[in-house]
Amino acid sequence: MKDEKQDVIQHDHNHDGIDRRGFLKCMVWAGTGAFCVMKGGVLRSYSLSRLSEVPSGSGGELNFVQISDSHMGFNKPANPDVAATLKAAIDKINALPTKPEFILHTGDISHLSKPEEFDTVQQLLTSASTKDVFYVPGEHDVLGDDGQQFRDRFGKGSRGAGWYSFDKSGVHFIGLVNVMNLKAGGLGSLGTEQLEWMEKDVKHLSKSTPIVVFAHIPLWSVYPDWGWGTDDSAQALSYLKKFGSVTVLNGHIHQTMQKVEGNVTFHTAASTAFPQPKPGSAPSPGPMKVPAEQLRSLLGVTDVNYLSGKHALAVVDSTLE
Amino acid sequence: MKRIFAIVSGVVLSIIALVAVDARLSASSTAAASSATEIKIDNFSFTPPTITIKAGTEVRWTNRDDIPHTVVADDKSFKSKALDTDEQFSFTFAKPGTYNYFCSIHPKMTAKIVVQ
Repeated sequence: MKDEKQDVIQHDHNHDGIDRRGFLKCMVWAGTGAFCVMKGGVLRSYSLSRLSEVPSGSGGELNFVQISDSHMGFNKPANPDVAATLKAAIDKINALPTKPEFILHTGDISHLSKPEEFDTVQQLLTSASTKDVFYVPGEHDVLGDDGQQFRDRFGKGSRGAGWYSFDKSGVHFIGLVNVMNLKAGGLGSLGTEQLEWMEKDVKHLSKSTPIVVFAHIPLWSVYPDWGWGTDDSAQALSYLKKFGSVTVLNGHIHQTMQKVEGNVTFHTAASTAFPQPKPGSAPSPGPMKVPAEQLRSLLGVTDVNYLSGKHALAVVDSTLE
Repeated sequence: MKRIFAIVSGVVLSIIALVAVDARLSASSTAAASSATEIKIDNFSFTPPTITIKAGTEVRWTNRDDIPHTVVADDKSFKSKALDTDEQFSFTFAKPGTYNYFCSIHPKMTAKIVVQ
């Protein structure tokens, strides 16, 4: 699908800088990716093919990029060269008009938790325009050792299974782990210890602090039949009710989706490795095989801009084409 | 000289013994392989999802998906490593009972073995 349209939507009924109707309109584009910039309560969304027309001044106070699901080591027909598509993602990052301050990797760095898979991703990311990468693990990164290797490599200063928080330009970031100790028949899980930590972590923050939560498995029920949700995410989100702006960034489902619920904007990023089917559209969520010439249109990176005082983050998806 | 011969023949004998043990081992594992009950992991599910077997039966799981899966008992009494495409895991159920198991990577995948 090639959308050429550009929407300018002006609805800010709650006077909180969040244009809910605008975000909902953005959701219609889910799957093809959209570039959304929030400025002065006006949401602008651009189709990917017009990314070059985005004004360079739209950068804001903070720019960062989310990548996800590199699955290094995967070599099946859905994408026999996941290193090449990760490289393409890095090229995309390096071509952004505004250099991002850091990269968030929302998990499934590796396919089988093998040291050489982690090595390759770390090596490739050294060519990115920013050297700061914050990781949370996917279920593929904690195989066989309950995430010990992941924490040894990426979890310095983290707690428990690898969760942590940090502040950048007035935005509070919380990296959560919801891929450990999964119960039979269940979904992703945060667990009591992590929830208690999170409650304390946000308690002292003023309600005007923008919050970004990032974790591998979606913290909203995308499609529980395929395990695309987190059992105790409602508890985690209840700690964030007082905040005016909450953005939740996830991976795992290998496609972009957005949803707005009250003060919270949910967003999932595309994979850099292989696409997965839309919820319920296939017998299982296994890798989707598409013609080689279409593959890169279904993979991607997410660019996020934060404009101070506007209470919202603009979330941008672009494909690897 | 006699002593050296004794040592040499001793070594030769132990090699023969080792080969014999080896042959027996491979013979028994082949026999077990043909009698094992097969469970296929395909499209993020265990097929068949429920099987009933006699105590002492070996069950063998084969992952036919492009994505790794595990075979883990709810009570952790058996647990495979992550099985990549076409990799297998076997377990012999000695005692009667109902064994619920799941994929610890994709916990929506659940199944059960009934041992009589």
